[in-house]
Amino acid sequence: MSKRNGESGLNRRHFLATAAAATTAVSALSAPAVLAQGRPRVVVVGGGAGGATAARYIAKDSKGAVDVTLVEPSRAYYTCFFSNLYIGGFREFASIGHSYGALAANHGINVVHDWAVSIDRDARSVGLAGGGSLAYDRLVLSPGIDFREGSVPGWDLSQQNRMPHAYKAGSQTQLLKAQIEAMPQGGVYCMVAPPNPFRCPPGPYERISMVAHVLKQANPTAKILIVDPKEKFSKQGLFEDGWQRHYPGMIERVGPDFGGDKVEVRPDSLEVVVDGEATKVDVCNVIPAQQAGRVAALAGVTDESGWAPVVPHTMESRADANIHVLGDAALQGDMPKSGFSANSQAKVCAMAVRGALIGSSVFPPRFSNTCWSLIGTDDGVKVGASYEATDEKIAKTDGFISKTGESAELRKATYEESLGWYAAITGDMFS
Amino acid sequence: MTAPCTASANGLRSTKASGRHRPRPAGLAACLASGLLSVALLMVLSAAAWSADAGRGKALFDQCKRCHQVGDGAEHRIGPQLNDVFGRAAGSLADYRYSQAMKAAGAGGLVWTEATLDAFLSDPVALVPHSRMSFAGMAEADDRAALLAWLGGFSGPRSDLPPAEPTATPEEFGLDPRILAIEGDPEYGAYLAGECITCHRMDGTVKGIPSITGWPLDDFVIALHAYKGGKRVHPVMQMVAGRLSDEEIAALAAHFHRAEDSP
Ligand SMILES: Cc1cc2nc3c(=O)[nH]c(=O)nc-3n(C[C@H](O)[C@H](O)[C@H](O)COP(=O)(O)OP(=O)(O)OC[C@H]3O[C@@H](n4cnc5c(N)ncnc54)[C@H](O)[C@@H]3O)c2cc1C
Ligand code: HEC
Ligand code: HEC
Repeated sequence: MSKRNGESGLNRRHFLATAAAATTAVSALSAPAVLAQGRPRVVVVGGGAGGATAARYIAKDSKGAVDVTLVEPSRAYYTCFFSNLYIGGFREFASIGHSYGALAANHGINVVHDWAVSIDRDARSVGLAGGGSLAYDRLVLSPGIDFREGSVPGWDLSQQNRMPHAYKAGSQTQLLKAQIEAMPQGGVYCMVAPPNPFRCPPGPYERISMVAHVLKQANPTAKILIVDPKEKFSKQGLFEDGWQRHYPGMIERVGPDFGGDKVEVRPDSLEVVVDGEATKVDVCNVIPAQQAGRVAALAGVTDESGWAPVVPHTMESRADANIHVLGDAALQGDMPKSGFSANSQAKVCAMAVRGALIGSSVFPPRFSNTCWSLIGTDDGVKVGASYEATDEKIAKTDGFISKTGESAELRKATYEESLGWYAAITGDMFS
Repeated sequence: MTAPCTASANGLRSTKASGRHRPRPAGLAACLASGLLSVALLMVLSAAAWSADAGRGKALFDQCKRCHQVGDGAEHRIGPQLNDVFGRAAGSLADYRYSQAMKAAGAGGLVWTEATLDAFLSDPVALVPHSRMSFAGMAEADDRAALLAWLGGFSGPRSDLPPAEPTATPEEFGLDPRILAIEGDPEYGAYLAGECITCHRMDGTVKGIPSITGWPLDDFVIALHAYKGGKRVHPVMQMVAGRLSDEEIAALAAHFHRAEDSP
């Protein structure tokens, strides 16, 4: 232990030496391999929770020593986080939209609004839909999710207006909200919930809470039906307790024991067929099974699971050390697919990329996540955990979850924390 | 007497403390207009209030004293010292590092008077958005009046101020004082801070999450050890602090101590 006025301060070099000895597997700790000629180039594909954070941290902390290009088709990013609160009437739509201007202005990031459509790993270049290509020394992929074709028989992307998923935020979210508001009195909203693993484990159930909140006021005799292929779901005890208290008798969930895993939909007639039995509904929110955003498969970094395996210490792809995969698309171990997780992984990745390209300091990685959910007005709950990198995976070390029976003050404080978090994380991505 | 400014949502409100039930528009402009008058009045009033309500006001200051000192020898801690706060412009002490927001409010004409302080204490970030003062607000007008009456006793010419009480002390939390002596590495702190700023913004307090920039090293170290040791209960912060070593806590303290306001 060193003293503030003592002679031998514990300095960073000393710290690094011990850290390196303890974790020899940290590849970025070894001397930077071949440094590119001139300014090293990083291309980040996907400007969401993982990609925007990674681009911002690489650019900000390298102070111009690394050339950073962010490829993202949308000019406005609508966060999936808090999109359920918009559906519930707790947020304005505009308040969940963010633009990329500050990333260019404040950090010199070259923001290219286009789709990445091909990756040439040998030439280290990314092909763009609009023509042209971008060369990279390191590529960061954070493309989020895509849906698995055929996972809900009867549904495909061409039906997303009849039966919205609203699992990528934006016009889909607005459409779903409009459909809920247009339901006839006493009508039925049905959600076809996804199988594991999927983005934001509590997301579908927070959405149910918000839909119930809207219906309770505008359409109190309406019913909510959840068709769920899973035995259990995230924060189940907390949600079910909240639904009992706020929306008694409104919500019914059909799990796998009653055919929740044998579902088919008929978009033309708005019917849901569970275990052979058809039910007519008024809104059908289909959240299909998921996999890594398509560009990860195009890059050849996904495995048979559909996700991209990564080295926990650096978020490098196990298939290609010049590519890092972040967020929902990564197969990393214990972290849930959340915006918080993607942001946390992005900072570890940014540090590893800077270490590899310009030899800046690399510290032992650490990860964390907290997911808040709103069940009713001022009734917030949370679940969170911290994680460390092992050779095999990102492994959970500690965690907590809200409890049933907490006081109204605590639930309100928990909700208010989520407001503070939203302001902070979106600033951490886009400012 | 002037009506206290309030920061209530509807912008109109009357309070008992005003002595009159006349609604007044809230907000900075109204506070500025009424503020100047009440400085002089307060000097007169406070002497009486000082004794009458002193016990209650002093007890209410318990809510402030982990951040502020007042009295003989008061120093800046997490917040600025509060001697002679009545009549001074907001954010005007040269040797305390205020938020940009507080400095701007002072430069824009905000002066601390009974009325403006009443508004500030009822909802700090409503009066000064992005202030670094993380205090949820004191809901009861009577409490605010009692506290301000007591606090008023520390403004103006007085020679017999009671000694200032300390903010957090290591003893309170059973913390080995040697831990406070560890020198933190701010560069390592900057990396570790990546985890924190997913929740704590650098540009002041937002609803629900306190500001943690610009703190004295000791207060910061004590707060994190209080969570780590379970002396302060909060599931997120207990988990966050639980895996930080003594050196890491010192590094974070050093980083956030120096950190500038930025979004
Ligand atoms: C309803 C709902 C609620 C949620 N609530 C929370 C919550 O409360 N807290 C929380 O932490 N998380 C929450 N999440 C999860 C969170 O939104 C995701 O986990 C997070 O966005 C993942 O970040 P990402 O970077 O992996 O992907 P995304 O944020 O989806 O970003 C991917 C980006 O890549 C772009 N992209 C895709 N392909 C290409 C390509 N070929 N070329 C260029 N760009 C491309 C896309 O346009 C997109 O902008 C929620 C999700 C949903 C659906
Ligand atoms: C969590 C710490 C904290 C608590 C609790 C707190 N304050 Fe503050 N206070 C601050 C900080 C930090 C500032 C500086 C704000 C800024 O620069 O934005 C401040 C500023 C002030 C100011 C403005 C001073 C000036 O020089 O402009 C006053 C007055 C004040 N506080 C009074 C109080 C009172 C009275 C209480 C108790 C009811 C209280 N504070 C509770 C941290 C705190
Ligand atoms: C998941 C969100 C989250 C993260 C991540 C987080 N905090 Fe906090 N922090 C909070 C909340 C909420 C509080 C208020 C807790 C309470 O009421 O005691 C808080 C309180 C604090 C306080 C006490 C503030 C006060 O006014 O007394 C300090 C200091 C602090 N955090 C430091 C940190 C540091 C350092 C980190 C990173 C190592 C960090 N926090 C990470 C949410 C977070």
